[in-house]
Amino acid sequence: MFLKPQPAKAAAAPKHTIDPQTQPWVEKYRPKTIDDISAQEHTVEVLRKTLVSANLPHMLFYGPPGTGKTSTILALSRQLFGPEHFRTRVLELNASDERGISIVREKIKTFARQTPRATSGSEYPCPPYKIIILDEADSMTQDAQAALRRIMETYARITRFCLVCNYVTRIIEPLASRCSKFRFQPLDIASTRFRLEHIASSENVPISPEAIAALIATSEGDLRRSITYLQSAARLSASATSPAPITPREIQEIAGVVPDVVVSSFAATLGVDMDHGMDMDLDDGPASKGSKGFDHVRGKVQEVMKDGYSAAQLLSQLHDLIMLHPTLTSRQKSRCALILAEVDKSLSDGGDEELQLLELGLRIHKALK
Amino acid sequence: MSLWVDQYRPRTLDDLHYHPELSARLRSLAASGDFPHMLFYGPSGAGKKTRIACTLRELFGPGVEKLKIDQRVFMTPSKRKLDVNIVQSNFHIEITPSDVGIYDRVVIQEILKEIAQTQQVDLSAKQRFKVVIINEADSLSRDAQAALRRTMEKYMSNMRVILCANSTSKLIAPIKSRCLLIRVAAPSPEEMGVALARVAKKEKFDLPDEAATQIVSDAAGNLRKAILILEALKMQSPDLTSNISVAKPDWETYCIKVADLILQEQSAQRVMLVRGKLYELLSHCIPPTTILKTIASHLVDRVDESLKADIMHWAAFYEVRMCTGSKKIFHLEAWVVKVMSLYKHFFYGIDMPDDFEI
Ligand SMILES: Nc1ncnc2c1ncn2[C@@H]1O[C@H](COP(=O)(O)OP(=O)(O)O)[C@@H](O)[C@H]1O
Ligand SMILES: [Mg+2]
Repeated sequence: MFLKPQPAKAAAAPKHTIDPQTQPWVEKYRPKTIDDISAQEHTVEVLRKTLVSANLPHMLFYGPPGTGKTSTILALSRQLFGPEHFRTRVLELNASDERGISIVREKIKTFARQTPRATSGSEYPCPPYKIIILDEADSMTQDAQAALRRIMETYARITRFCLVCNYVTRIIEPLASRCSKFRFQPLDIASTRFRLEHIASSENVPISPEAIAALIATSEGDLRRSITYLQSAARLSASATSPAPITPREIQEIAGVVPDVVVSSFAATLGVDMDHGMDMDLDDGPASKGSKGFDHVRGKVQEVMKDGYSAAQLLSQLHDLIMLHPTLTSRQKSRCALILAEVDKSLSDGGDEELQLLELGLRIHKALK
Repeated sequence: MSLWVDQYRPRTLDDLHYHPELSARLRSLAASGDFPHMLFYGPSGAGKKTRIACTLRELFGPGVEKLKIDQRVFMTPSKRKLDVNIVQSNFHIEITPSDVGIYDRVVIQEILKEIAQTQQVDLSAKQRFKVVIINEADSLSRDAQAALRRTMEKYMSNMRVILCANSTSKLIAPIKSRCLLIRVAAPSPEEMGVALARVAKKEKFDLPDEAATQIVSDAAGNLRKAILILEALKMQSPDLTSNISVAKPDWETYCIKVADLILQEQSAQRVMLVRGKLYELLSHCIPPTTILKTIASHLVDRVDESLKADIMHWAAFYEVRMCTGSKKIFHLEAWVVKVMSLYKHFFYGIDMPDDFEI
């Protein structure tokens, strides 16, 4: 069981009892020791040394989601202090905790200045300092980060910090420069497959190599995502009236991926040649591309929106389709790339999805004419 | 007396008649004892909320329909008090971020932690967890979304989150990857027809095919809208045969007028006139994006093929400006001026440099 009640109110923290049956697999299969962490060899190797020397610098873990950052620091802390002292020695705060400047001044400082009580007879190294984990630190305000500086310096002897974030650039320089930095890589395909197969077999989930490949493809190196998708797929197939094998298409639906036929048909409407050797029955033959270009594209956009597909997702799949297209010229592709980039930006600025998709469609249609 | 949309809203998963595979899926998930966090997404009026309510009922039984409204006070980091009305039952709680404005993070954090840290006291409850429904999840601030991430992982034993959104585009990846995504597509015209027929049957009247077809095409996949129109029409002409015309809402008629004004004359005075009308619409709380899209869609139906793409291009352009800028009216107006100049140039045959050629 893996729970981290906050030390400050350790006594009051409710004792959760989680039924392992309903426990999310990301928690159930969270690495227990740093040796269970896959694919981050360099980091693990350095940290293993700190277990022996029991000395730890301030640290900054950064890298994309689901690569083991939180798992690593939690595993390391537990290996240092053991379950008994974990509560009094480790403070974990993340973006779901209030971490404004006042909390930094009060809660974090209070914890940081406490001298750790000596421990004896523990089988764990129990070094004479505490650890403050600031997970998702990139969501802390600059002010709050600035307030941390002094605390980090003043109490360095008895308190070590571990900042965890996705974007190292969002951590102010004076903090970042006080830390040893560890970069976490997106998980490679082999490690991801290995973990997924391990979990599937522990849970007795029959899964085909194709389905595993779909999990890997849709999760882009984010192991948390692929494990969650695997669990969802297993749930759905187990709870179906007639247990069905997990199909790649099902995984795509769980992941919110737009079906290939929808993307192809959208692309065909924009004038991308989709007939090259593919035996697909698309409702948009070249015959329907006439002078009615506008209404045609608009109709298609409305159809996609009605089906509820996400514009951002469609855009990203369309991007792949166009860039890997066998017959479009590189000039055409670069025109499309420019349009795709502009629309992507507009979407992330909060632009209306239907308008943006229409913009995308009309401009690509024009660029390919 | 409640509206038909509410009165005849399906209450159980069995009552839902379209997307049967989705209902089956939700039913078995509710029964599996292994219920995940979920994200329902799809266009407005496709039936997301109804489906969520039916799923809750499947999970907890009819008790979940006993709602109470609590007035709660939250404290912002700057120590300001914030009054929020919260709808809840013994088994779930509902939050709509737009009710709390920029403080959504505070409210969500508080509510989730509170729920997460209390066990279900009702021993007869069918589930050990409570459900937190977050409506309009696409309008959650980034901050609030970040705050959700770890909470969703950490408190899985006492709590499940159900997010409801029009699209997944505005949700950050870590949230999406913690949820089971459920796409609710709009019902097809046939499915809408069936839904309307059901309402008619319950109200004991015959719905002529012609009227049904007309309503379905007007509602464009939005079932809520279709049923609202049906009820309004039935009031207007009880037999639903004599030359029915689906009345448009006032604001829409007003937008059409604005489109006409733009096409009739392109001058500085006309811009001022249109501006007044836009102000009027905004002051009636019609969302600026809706105004822009409605006017644009009426414009493109009336102009030459060669102008359509340009009008839409600039609509998309200024709509983003509205999001990132601060004064909506500026950008609406700028778009109107742009459209007028395009139109004028088109008629006087002057070649204009094509601004979005690449
Ligand atoms: N390198 C890894 N080795 C093993 N498991 C991992 C690794 N990275 C992620 N995971 C799995 O993904 C889940 C999320 O990992 P986490 O450490 O919380 O990611 P991060 O903090 O980097 O976003 C964990 O519960 C674990 O099951
Ligand atoms: Mg993390």
